[in-house]
Amino acid sequence: MSLILLAEQLLNGLQLGVMLFLMAAGLTLVFGVMGLINLAHGSLYMIGAFAAAAVAGVTGSFVLALAAALCAAAAAGALVEILIIRRLYHRDHLDQVLATFALILIFSEGTRWIFGSFPLFLNIPTYLSGPVTLPGGIQYPLYRLTLIAIGLAIAGGLFLLISRTRLGIQIRAGENDREMIAALGVDISKLYTIVFALGAALAGLAGALVGAIQSVQVGMGEPVLILAFVVIVIGGIGSIKGALIGAILVGLTDTMGGVLLPALFKTFMEPSTAASAGSALASMLIYILMACVLIIRPTGLFGAKA
Amino acid sequence: MTLKSLALAACLTATAGMGFADGHAKLKVGMITTLSGGGAGLGIDVRDGFMLAMKQAGDTGIEVVIEDDQRKPDIAVQLADKMIQSEKVDVLTGIIWSNLAMAVVPAATAQGKFYLSPNAGPSALAGKGCHPNYFNVAWQNDNLHEAAGAYANTADYKNSFILAPNYPAGKDALTGYKRQYSGALSGELFTKLGQTDYAAEIAQIRASGADSVFFFLPGGMGISFLKQYADSGIDLPVVGPAFSFDQGILQAVGPAALGVVNTSQWNKDIDNATNAAFVETFQAEYGRLPSLYASQGFDTANLLISAAAKADVGDADAFRAALKAADFASTRGDFAFGNNNHPIQNIYVREVIQEGDIFTNKIIGTALENHADVYAADCAN
Repeated sequence: MSLILLAEQLLNGLQLGVMLFLMAAGLTLVFGVMGLINLAHGSLYMIGAFAAAAVAGVTGSFVLALAAALCAAAAAGALVEILIIRRLYHRDHLDQVLATFALILIFSEGTRWIFGSFPLFLNIPTYLSGPVTLPGGIQYPLYRLTLIAIGLAIAGGLFLLISRTRLGIQIRAGENDREMIAALGVDISKLYTIVFALGAALAGLAGALVGAIQSVQVGMGEPVLILAFVVIVIGGIGSIKGALIGAILVGLTDTMGGVLLPALFKTFMEPSTAASAGSALASMLIYILMACVLIIRPTGLFGAKA
Repeated sequence: MTLKSLALAACLTATAGMGFADGHAKLKVGMITTLSGGGAGLGIDVRDGFMLAMKQAGDTGIEVVIEDDQRKPDIAVQLADKMIQSEKVDVLTGIIWSNLAMAVVPAATAQGKFYLSPNAGPSALAGKGCHPNYFNVAWQNDNLHEAAGAYANTADYKNSFILAPNYPAGKDALTGYKRQYSGALSGELFTKLGQTDYAAEIAQIRASGADSVFFFLPGGMGISFLKQYADSGIDLPVVGPAFSFDQGILQAVGPAALGVVNTSQWNKDIDNATNAAFVETFQAEYGRLPSLYASQGFDTANLLISAAAKADVGDADAFRAALKAADFASTRGDFAFGNNNHPIQNIYVREVIQEGDIFTNKIIGTALENHADVYAADCAN
């Protein structure tokens, strides 16, 4: 296997990782601050993609489409929090899972009702399409490089938000002791709505960015949601830093495993069997990674002590 | 009026009602298909094609019950049990996915019901596992992939890179391609079922030195792959079965699919009166172009209508013979069943083109003529 191919796969893994981070960041914040398991996070990702596809279809502008995705997902997130989620904070996790699972079904069928059952068209803008040549002669799609840049920029922004701003202080305080910060006069229900909408907006942005190179269709959020849960379990629930490291670990493991394992198996197996066995094992790798992390650190890499 | 006569009157009305129902619906068909969740587009197309044929035929005495299997085998099995036991259907149809078909079809045919497949054609039901009451109106799963392999030979591809999802139909796809293709393979990959990011695979294609790419990635997986492939700057020719290029998803792929060659048993430009009328009426009825799935639903319904006009479903042998005769006007032109009740048909080569704002296919040649599947020899029908 050539070095160029390996470098390209590393970039692919990184790109998958930062997009997973956008999903996982919202999920981990909501879980950390409010103690809520939100299965409907994948639906917000789907809403972002559909909003972007609809706006891009009408206006033809990708930037407007991204803005629409952010707004639509944030609005849907805030609405859901105010109408439904707010009633679930004091219930146990099973009730939360049940209610947010119902939300998945409602969002999926609602989207089908509005947009129909056939996938929508959302494409990369022409100024970002095509490959660029990186140092070392690596041909790499410009759009994927842009995704990596956007993802890392948002990670930096979130880090500053959490560590340097008043809102960030409130979020961290809310994670530690929500009764106490309510007693100190912080409007906790407003804080919850803001955090939920922020997480939703990130998911919606991820949906729109990824939707441009994938298929915008009903149910697109659920496979990503599962990966995002793996990420926050590995990273430690409630930790943004953990979500970033976890996401990149999962992205790299998934991509490199999918490439290297079949290649490794081919050294001692017949090609067709090696391809099949290698890819079967590769699809388990991230779960094996998760299990290993949990054995060594039961609260995840950066999780607070239970 | 005494209590006794009241009861008698009630009994009479009840039996009269039943008599009427019997006289009206002489055949009941249960359609189990995917109408929600991922992949609903296929089920909706099959249903719409089927119901269009029913509507055009007028009053045939056939009653249709439609249920949504949500693409889940367990739900499909429950629905089949319900349809057989409480709805008392005579014929089942509609299933899109091979894994669902495997869960439903053997049990249904064992209970003496007829099953007409408008899509799934797993090899297990075409060879040793064939059944006289199981008819496949679409294709055996391998057929379109074999045609892609045959096309690769005529296009003089010498070094193909092939990929498909890691599940039974994906393995059948690669086997089917290799059965006909006579060149070498520069790589063979199995992806995850439902995978949406193909960056790693595309990088391997780029590094492999292949001269062509064959892929079987149905539905949303194909949309993702084609968009990412087009953006990668690799310009090797791509060939695949029609499942990634059907009318339902081409609009979502957009220009990335233009010029791609794919194989299908049907296209809207097959030149016969039935097909022309089908394409026109489907568009008028539903406001969109039909896909191959819609044509399969339409043909399935017309096969059923033709058999019901010839024989009573109560006489299973006569009804079976009427189905086997396939005496109906197919959108594909001539239509005949082989000994294992799978079609013997031409498989065409299509190219994705743009007509105005719409992306669609046009036939550019025939890959395989009067093609039957290889499993037919193992079938003892």
